[in-house]
Amino acid sequence: MRGATHVTRAACAVAVVLVACACGGGAPAGGPDGIVTSSWGDPQNPLEPANTNEVQGGKVLDMIFRGLKRYDPRTGEAEDMLAERIETDDSVEFTVTVKNGWTFSDGEPVTAKSFVDAWNYGAHLKNNQRNAYFFGYIEGYDQVHPASGQPTAQTMSGLKVTGERTFTVRLTQKFSTWPETLGYAAFAPLPSSFFSDHDAWLARPVGNGPYAVDSYTRGAQMSLRRWDGYPGQDKARNGGVDLKVYTDSNTAYTDLTAGHLDLVDDVPAAQLRNVRADLGDRYINTPAGIIQTLAFPYYDPDWNKPGQEKVRQGLSMAINRQQITDTIFQRTRTPAKDWTSPVLGPDGGYDATLCGVHCTYDPARARKLIAEGGGIPGGQVRITYNADTGSHRQWVDAVCNSVNNALGNDRACVGNPVGTFADYRNQITQSKMSGPFRAGWQMDYPLIQNFLQPLYYTNASSNDGKWSNETFDRLVDQANAETDPAKAIKTFQQAERVVRDQMAAIPLWYQNGSAGYSERISNVSLNQFSVPVYEEITVG
Amino acid sequence: MGRYVIRRLLQMIPVFVGATLLIFLMVNVMGDPIAGLCGERECDPATAARLRAEFGLDKPVWQQYLTYMGNVFTGDFGTAFNGQPVTELMADAFPVTIRLTLVAIVFEIVIGIGLGMLTGLRRGRPVDTGVLLVTLVVIAVPTFVTGLLLQLLLGVKWGWIRPSVSAEAPLDELIVPGLVLAAVSLAYVTRLTRTSIAENRRADYVRTAIAKGLPRRRVMTHHLLRNSLIPVVTFIGADIGALMGGAIVTERIFNIHGVGYQLYQGILRQNTQTVVGFVTVLVLVFLLVNLLVDLLYAVLDPRIRYA
Repeated sequence: MRGATHVTRAACAVAVVLVACACGGGAPAGGPDGIVTSSWGDPQNPLEPANTNEVQGGKVLDMIFRGLKRYDPRTGEAEDMLAERIETDDSVEFTVTVKNGWTFSDGEPVTAKSFVDAWNYGAHLKNNQRNAYFFGYIEGYDQVHPASGQPTAQTMSGLKVTGERTFTVRLTQKFSTWPETLGYAAFAPLPSSFFSDHDAWLARPVGNGPYAVDSYTRGAQMSLRRWDGYPGQDKARNGGVDLKVYTDSNTAYTDLTAGHLDLVDDVPAAQLRNVRADLGDRYINTPAGIIQTLAFPYYDPDWNKPGQEKVRQGLSMAINRQQITDTIFQRTRTPAKDWTSPVLGPDGGYDATLCGVHCTYDPARARKLIAEGGGIPGGQVRITYNADTGSHRQWVDAVCNSVNNALGNDRACVGNPVGTFADYRNQITQSKMSGPFRAGWQMDYPLIQNFLQPLYYTNASSNDGKWSNETFDRLVDQANAETDPAKAIKTFQQAERVVRDQMAAIPLWYQNGSAGYSERISNVSLNQFSVPVYEEITVG
Repeated sequence: MGRYVIRRLLQMIPVFVGATLLIFLMVNVMGDPIAGLCGERECDPATAARLRAEFGLDKPVWQQYLTYMGNVFTGDFGTAFNGQPVTELMADAFPVTIRLTLVAIVFEIVIGIGLGMLTGLRRGRPVDTGVLLVTLVVIAVPTFVTGLLLQLLLGVKWGWIRPSVSAEAPLDELIVPGLVLAAVSLAYVTRLTRTSIAENRRADYVRTAIAKGLPRRRVMTHHLLRNSLIPVVTFIGADIGALMGGAIVTERIFNIHGVGYQLYQGILRQNTQTVVGFVTVLVLVFLLVNLLVDLLYAVLDPRIRYA
């Protein structure tokens, strides 16, 4: 150990110097070219429009892509973006005309082909796109994406380029509101570089939105800069956005309060109590298109006896939604009053009276209904949830507490945690649930159809409880075939009443988007998907 | 010596195979990872089947393990679910964690051994009692409490440091996280050194050295400290592996994108390739550091020889 003391001294000196240098950088620039720093999570899947099904990746797509339609960040209405016209006579065959003058940020014009190629890519089985089912209504989807076996076609027969800026789409069934689904990111156009050099595109995605990707270090940061050649009306009002990956939303929040970050769009539950004091009116808490429910395993004969809807209704009435949202969620959730979301608005199909007494806390009637329905199967409700994310344990315990109090039985309801989300999903897919389980739905597009069909239609993609009801299915088919949107919504609401009468799933609450921001930036708002409207943010 | 090293290296093979197999089985028991890949909705069966085939999940576990090990020997650790090769994740994560571990080890050596010597030589004095009390508190308080507290005080209240570490994780930003990570081990190192020093202080060779009239400084460093370091070196050596793997809490608090972060993500997403890959490398690090520690004994105490 000769010389150890020298090493020690040197290490000390280095440490002292380093501590002394640990000072912050200079103040960042403001004005129209100011850069916004925002918290981000590592996208779960490779960043492709038809492969992104979670908020973090969706956030980027919303900045670098514009599709045929766009949902107004305030009203949620689907408005024409790149679409000049979408015409149909029969709600089956649609003719789409793309606006002139749009290009990708690498200069390539956006044409009808950009859309058709992108959709064919998204639908094809060999590309492993998690959102492929979005193209399921288009004719020929079965050939490129069969439920089993190999694809028999390369492209969907229902998609045809008919001109530089026009193409036609043929659906397999009547779907009057189909054009309004086109604001979803999966329907974004793709430049030819996506297909010619896919790896390079993934390393630095190129789109046609108000921002262009400047640099992307996976797992760490993505720098987006305003694209000055953007032809749209919704140009970015800041110089760009730096999305920084945080491993923990608490750290992001700490960074915000210390002045090192401008925007967090996920205020952690633990901080909700301090957020008003910390941020004042720089805290946003607005409704988003997310509803949480309790689903039931209808594949389990114990939970699928005739007349048992009374038990489910009783359970629903035994849950004190108001108290739970007030105390556990600090009013970042709103007690559910139907099976959709307030962001749809009354014209879009939201109905605050639809669930009525069935969603109102009434312990006496709850007890009576459950007894009439034959009691709780097995004498105990076990609510299954994943314990790794989203503070689910707290509310499940609270729901059980509420049910136990209402029924006057300490053992009537218990939580049944599952370690990880993947394992939880695994048990659901394998139909292994032995009682009610946590279900959540974040809308893909602000349509009442999206809150009902994927969740309750027989064998639908997210019908995890395998609920099936002929009347409901018939009403949904009827609504989809309706050419008048207002009538379609009315019919969907009729279908929703079937869900209510059968209490197919117990609606719990609507989730709000919550965000906080620094004094450096203003004009911050969240859209219905609880994603910040980045292009409107101003700096300084 | 050479034969000893070779024997030790050969012993690593069964340990390595056993450890990776265990991890492989454990991650596998957690269920089908594809189920969590499509968010709250079920993956459509055709896509799920294709993804399963792509990641080799459709084969029996023993076959998956054999293929995996075969690939590992050619340097291919597979692909994470976000499409990135695991080796790329490692290249990003390991340098960061190694830097963090180094900072922690330097703290352990400098402060731990320093305080240990100080208290060992002044046993029973107020300094000794004071340091003992402090180490007791440090050992008792969980890492996440120390971490969050320092983050709040230094980062938010006084603004001396950034509460989170940037993606590049330069050394200066890692000082506070390194201290937090080292805290508990540091207290142990202090106590170990103290005991060892206090014991050896009365040893014959120290008395002889003093009687020979050697300068006090030389007696302290070359005779007393060197002989007292064996248990400390053992502890620090074993700690290197523990620090690298156990940095999950510290890395989460300070937003450090190192091994702990990747492991955490890998476990949450049930990504066998990520978890097994990272753990494999950690096992290797652990084994090699242990070998190094054993070899260091001979340097510290020439009486120890390896045949």
